[in-house]
Formats: sequence, C-alpha cells, structure tokens
Amino acid sequence: MFDFLQGYDVLGAFWTTVKLTVVSALGSLVLGTLLAAMRVSPVPLMRGFGTAYVNIVRNIPLTVIIVFSSLGLADIFGVTMGASDNFDVQGFRLAVLSLVGYHAAFVCEALRSGINTVPVGQAEAARAIGLSFSQTLRLVVLPQAFRSVIIPLANVLIALTKNTTVAAAIGVAEAASLMKTMIENEAQTVLIAAVFAFGFVVLTLPTGLVLGWLGKRLAVKR
Amino acid sequence: MTSVLYDAPGPRAKRRNVVLSVLFVVLLGLLLWWIWLVMDDKGQLKWDLWEPFTTADAWNTYLLPGLWNTLKAAALSMVIALPLGAALGIARLSDHRWVRVPVGAVVEFFRSIPVLLLMLFANELYAKSANVASEDRPFYAVVTGLVLYNSAVLAEVVRAGILALPRGQTEAAYAIGLRKGQTMTSILLPQSVTVMLPAIVSQLVVIVKDTALGGVMIGYTELLVARSTLAANYANVVPSFIVVAVIFIVVNFAITSFASWLEGRLRRGKKSTGAVLSPNDATIAGTTATGAGGGAI
Repeated sequence: MFDFLQGYDVLGAFWTTVKLTVVSALGSLVLGTLLAAMRVSPVPLMRGFGTAYVNIVRNIPLTVIIVFSSLGLADIFGVTMGASDNFDVQGFRLAVLSLVGYHAAFVCEALRSGINTVPVGQAEAARAIGLSFSQTLRLVVLPQAFRSVIIPLANVLIALTKNTTVAAAIGVAEAASLMKTMIENEAQTVLIAAVFAFGFVVLTLPTGLVLGWLGKRLAVKR
Repeated sequence: MTSVLYDAPGPRAKRRNVVLSVLFVVLLGLLLWWIWLVMDDKGQLKWDLWEPFTTADAWNTYLLPGLWNTLKAAALSMVIALPLGAALGIARLSDHRWVRVPVGAVVEFFRSIPVLLLMLFANELYAKSANVASEDRPFYAVVTGLVLYNSAVLAEVVRAGILALPRGQTEAAYAIGLRKGQTMTSILLPQSVTVMLPAIVSQLVVIVKDTALGGVMIGYTELLVARSTLAANYANVVPSFIVVAVIFIVVNFAITSFASWLEGRLRRGKKSTGAVLSPNDATIAGTTATGAGGGAI
C-alpha cells in the first residue's frame, strides 16, 4: 500500500522542515525580542520604528518576502548568505532570513501583548513598597509577563512550522516541495497528501498541546 | 505612570531619552543611506525602471488584473468558508459527544496543516479526476485550499465568539422557555455576530496574503505572478517587488484598520453585551494573523 514511498526521501524532507523551523524560531525570538523592547521603550522614535516595522511586515505576504529574497536579494544585490556556490544551502539560508524577518513581527506582538496584560497597579504597588526600578521589573512585572506570553508564542511557533512550506517557492527541498513532486509523479494523490498531512500534524499538534497546557498552568489568574 | 515598565520621566530620564533618540536617528539614517547607496550601485534607482508604473499600460495589463484575481479568490474563499466555519463551530459546541468529537477532530486536523498542502492536493485532485478546464484549475484549487483551511480557523472564531457572550444570555433564554436550538438561532448567534466581526475581518488579511502562495506554487495568475510577467517585460525586478509589496500593504492595512474601527465601534455599541473578540485574540489559536499557510499569525 505504501510502496509509492520508495525512491523518495520523505523523512529527509521533513528533517529540512524541522531545521528551518528551529533555526528560524530562534532567530525570530531574538529579533522579535529586540523589536518588542523598542515598542515598549520610553523613546518615542524607537516605538515608532518598531510599530512601523510590525505594520509593514505583517501586511506583506510571506511568499512575496521569500521570493524577493531569491530574485531580489540574491540575484540582484548579491546577498548569497555566504553560500554563493551552493544553491541548496543558499536557498535554505535565504528562507531562514525571510522567515526570521517575517515572524519577528509576530513574536514582537506576542511579547508586547504579554507585557500589556500586567496591570499598571502591579508596578505601582511594587514601587509603593519600596522596590527599586530593576527589582520591580525582575520580581514583579517580567515574571507575570513571561507567563502570559507562552500561549501567544506557541501560536507563533505553530504558524512558523506551517509557514516553512513557503520556502518551496524558492526551491528549498522541504516537505511541501517533495509532496508537489510526488503528487505529480505518482497515482496515489490522496494517500500521499495524507502522509504529508500526518507529518505536519505530528509536528504541530504536540507543540500546541504541551505549550497550551503549560501556558494554562502558569497563567496568572486575574 | 504611563507604563508598567517605567515611571514618568524626570529631568535626567528626559535627557537620556533625547540622547537615545539622537543616536537612534543617526543609526537609522546610516542604514537608509546604505540601502540607498546599494540600490544606486546596482542601478535600481534608474528612472526607466520606475517609469512604467507611471503609465497606464503597466497597471491595466499586469497589476490591476493581478490584484483583481487576488481579491476575487480571497472574497470567494471568505464567502464559502464563513457558513462552513459557522456550521463547524456550532457543531463543536454541541451537547452530543458523537457530534462534538468528530467535528473537533476535523477542525483541529485542518488547522494544523499548511494551506499550501491543501492547495497542492486540490490542484492535483482536479487535474486527475475532475472535469475542470485547465485554465480555471489554479483558481479552483486556490479557493478550495483556502476554504478548507479557513473554514477550520473560522470555526474556532465562531466558537470563541459564542463562548464570549455572557452566560446570563443562555440562562435567560432557558428561563423564558426557549429550547436549545431556539436559544442558538435567536439569542446567541445574532449577538455573537457583532462579537466575531472584527476577528472575521482580520482573517481576510490572512486569506489575501495566502493567495500569493497559490500564485507561485500552482500558477494562479494573481498579483505576485502578474509582477513576474511585468518584470519580464520591463526588466525591473526590484522596483516591481517594491510596488507589489506596497499594494499588498495598502490593501491589508485598509482591512486591518477597518477591523479595528469596527471593534472600537462595537465595544462602545449600546445594543451589544460589550463582548468583542479582538482581531488578534489569543483564544483564537492557530494563525490569527500569520498567513502564508500559517495563518495565524
């Protein structure tokens, strides 16, 4: 029944998907945190820059960003991410660059919403009992913010996992591009689709369940 | 206190903020200047690359038909996915386990698959076993993929919308003797429409963004594909990307602003219970604003 899988490296394709997801997740967490810090800073200009970045990037389709990274950045501006001779590595790195730039905006919004769930009264009370500025942040505000940020961040991570398929548009050999090849060359359309769908369910469902449970458990009940 | 993170600035903090602002402006200026230099160096600022966009030809032949196809696919997907999603969402709230569990499984399944997989699958299915004209097939496949994915997402929106209503609404309906079905159709659904509207409108942004995926991967001639034929004609890859990105930003920003305006209006509304799902409500897990097969976000 599953003999059509022979000759195709399905696990290898999903391994590429996993690598894309993990590397991009780490990257967007770093960049997103930086953007969130800008958006909640006391400097109006930085706030404006963060807001502009988020609003611009959120409204451009990821497909446009990824295709541009190949046709624009790589071909015209010569941004080859240190792999000008190896097309596969270059595609992978460009995809990571695009995924990081795109999802950083969503990470930033998730973090900001977490900080916004902490009532101002908490900080006021902390200052009232004589805690210093850094103690207020360290002991009162940030612990509460981190707890309420788990579920939104989990949603970003799940979306990122699914969005790695867009890398197929620039020829990165991940799950969706292998599915495209297989579905065109083999007869079992429904079975092949089911195999790949199952692969993504395996990748996204545990993430959602585990982080959702953790988020619910840690959330500050108000 | 304006923020939970810091106090209102005193004289020293004000000075520090000014210094930081100046530093930031200098850094940003350097960055923009560098981008400008690189663009100039690669000859991307030449007027003859940008000139086509001032002519009617580029718009009438490429961009506007592409944008029309994007909006057409997005609108049609929304119109089909909304009733489907409403049915699934209500079924998930059913008191009967044999309805709730399978529907829940279907919704969770379609929410956890990238929309691209659904588009590829639909495209191949139509190619092999349906009687669809080959020039219409990409359009059908894009809409099918978007409908399958977004009806599952909208099912969650509908469910969250109904659950967001105050419990007293259901209790009052039961108290005056309405049955379950009557409560849903005449009390809960009409009220939850206003609760859900902002979230539904912002899901449109996700759908518009995802149509671009269908363009590149299965050849639906939407805006991004129209861009590549335009760039092949005028040899202006970078400018055409910038123009297309701006078009997407304008369209989606308009949709988002409308959703926020709607949300504000509904929150202040006299006729509702005041419950409103925010466009990026965390309860709607998944892809609330992601798009590109990821949705939610």
